[in-house]
Amino acid sequence: MFSRDNWKEIFETIQKNKLRTFLSGFTVALGILIFVVLFGMGNGLVNTFNEFFGDDATNVLYVFPGRTTVPYKGYKSNRVIEFDNSDLKDIAKNFTMFIDYSTPRISRGGLVKYKNESNNYTTRAVAPAHQYAEKTIMMKGRFINEEDLKNRSKYVVIGRLVEQDLFGNNNSIGEYIDVAGSAFMVIGVFQDDGGDNEERLIYMPYTTRQLIEKNNDKIDEIIVAFKPEIGYAGAMALDRSLDRFFREKKYISPDDQSGVFIRNVADQLKQNQQFARVLQIIVAFVAFGTIIAGIIGISNIMVFVVKERTKELGIRKALGATPKSVISSILLESVFITTISGFLGMLLGVFILNSLGEKLKDYFITNPYIDITMAISATFVLILFGAIAGYIPAKRAADIKPIEALRDE
Amino acid sequence: MIEIKDLHKSYKMGSNSLHVLKGINFSVEEGELVAIMGSSGSGKSTLLNILGMLDVLDEGTYTLDGVPIKNLNETKAAQYRNKFLGFVFQSFNLINYKSAMENVALPLYYQKVGRKERQEKALKYLEQVGLREWADHLPSELSGGQKQRVAIARAMAAEPKVLLADEPTGALDSTTSYEVMDLIQKINDDGNTILIVTHEPDIADMCKRIVHLKDGVIVEDKKITQVRASQYV
Repeated sequence: MFSRDNWKEIFETIQKNKLRTFLSGFTVALGILIFVVLFGMGNGLVNTFNEFFGDDATNVLYVFPGRTTVPYKGYKSNRVIEFDNSDLKDIAKNFTMFIDYSTPRISRGGLVKYKNESNNYTTRAVAPAHQYAEKTIMMKGRFINEEDLKNRSKYVVIGRLVEQDLFGNNNSIGEYIDVAGSAFMVIGVFQDDGGDNEERLIYMPYTTRQLIEKNNDKIDEIIVAFKPEIGYAGAMALDRSLDRFFREKKYISPDDQSGVFIRNVADQLKQNQQFARVLQIIVAFVAFGTIIAGIIGISNIMVFVVKERTKELGIRKALGATPKSVISSILLESVFITTISGFLGMLLGVFILNSLGEKLKDYFITNPYIDITMAISATFVLILFGAIAGYIPAKRAADIKPIEALRDE
Repeated sequence: MIEIKDLHKSYKMGSNSLHVLKGINFSVEEGELVAIMGSSGSGKSTLLNILGMLDVLDEGTYTLDGVPIKNLNETKAAQYRNKFLGFVFQSFNLINYKSAMENVALPLYYQKVGRKERQEKALKYLEQVGLREWADHLPSELSGGQKQRVAIARAMAAEPKVLLADEPTGALDSTTSYEVMDLIQKINDDGNTILIVTHEPDIADMCKRIVHLKDGVIVEDKKITQVRASQYV
């Protein structure tokens, strides 16, 4: 079946029937090309989506205090609730089972100066774990660590754009900057996918901030990251328990809408994931449709090819071609053409996707790509179904009595 | 060489059945040149198709070179056709995208003869029919007579026991017809058995024996003195 002679015969047939070769090759190449490009675009959409929503960690709860509106347990309404370091410890103690890490955050605005340059920036006083919550990426130096917290060091980690604003092209590590009247040493520079605003932040140890502010222990808000394995239901349960815990500790009425707030990203995350999943289903559906269309296309062409060759096959049979040799020559020919053109179409599609890159960002398509295994398996599926689709008319042609085939004009 | 006893064949046409061959008894010895004649509808082509294993018989027996031909599946029939028979058709039936040489070599391909040997043999047979220098031409570049000579070369290339020709001169003018008949006579002179279906009396007269078919039975079977075609060429 695979002797050199058979292949020679097949190559000759392919070479001398250019229209036929072109038609079947073109169908397959186009099918795969469209599949690859569409699928890649779909992935590009998902990429854009992830970029919009995937900047911060998704397993976090933001807890911040408010002002009571309901009198409760002898306390008047309109009371300002404040968090302090003991709340941090209590969370760590009571919710160890569910919590990955937690960090306080104290935000202050203020003028920051270095030599002749100055600008207003937001300073966030945080714990080391904050790096994970914001997915802060260190470009140089390091983030705040536990030592800094203990020593209440006057260290800052500045955003990429802060460095650019204040230092130009000079290195900022080890330099001292003036933050609202105190000198801080720059120990690291970070970048963040969240955009320019996120890169105009300055981080410092929260203990240092508390020291500056008359050595108090106040905290603006607490960021709690739950263990991903507790899942959506676990996150919602943690949300409720934290709420109950703070209402009890701070004497806030269970009916008070504004005593304590918890912003739960898990809830949002679930919606986002659902949206992404729907996107992926649509993409898969379209891709599946393209493959089906390709299969139908190649099947039609195979029917046409066999029809066109009926007389030739009759002659061959009169000269001694067995049904098996008729079928195998038709199939090998079609598989050969579909394989070559299928892979050409696939490569062209991948090439197009690669060259697109960021060009379609305005249309919400970022970095369209296709998993190479996916592309190759789709190509194989099309080749396989092309062969199956070719087998049926080939078998029928092989079964036609030569006398009938010869009569065919 | 060929032995047929009590052959019947009918075709189903909807609810009716058309009885085409009604009991044919017929045999051919090696080296004969037989013309099968008859008006259209007499069953002569059906008989040839059955002889050529292109069609199957309903009743009776058919023995070819001592081999009983019955209950053949397509694969077996194809092998027998390849081994025993060479075909020449009225409409030539050359494969239009293959050159003359490739057409002649095709039956050898199905005999699994090596490529080189195929080409040598094909050229040899093209030489015999006088078309050696046309070997690389496509059928579309050949005249009707040339096409038929290529077809005869192709039929001979497999070195068959019997050559079956269905109206070989039907699509040719008389001069070309005689050229083709001259070639067929020469091949017969070398000892090959040949059956020709024709309705032209002058072509039949160039054979050695004429079998007349009418309404599915043999009405006349006579040996004649052969008219040599070479005198007209």
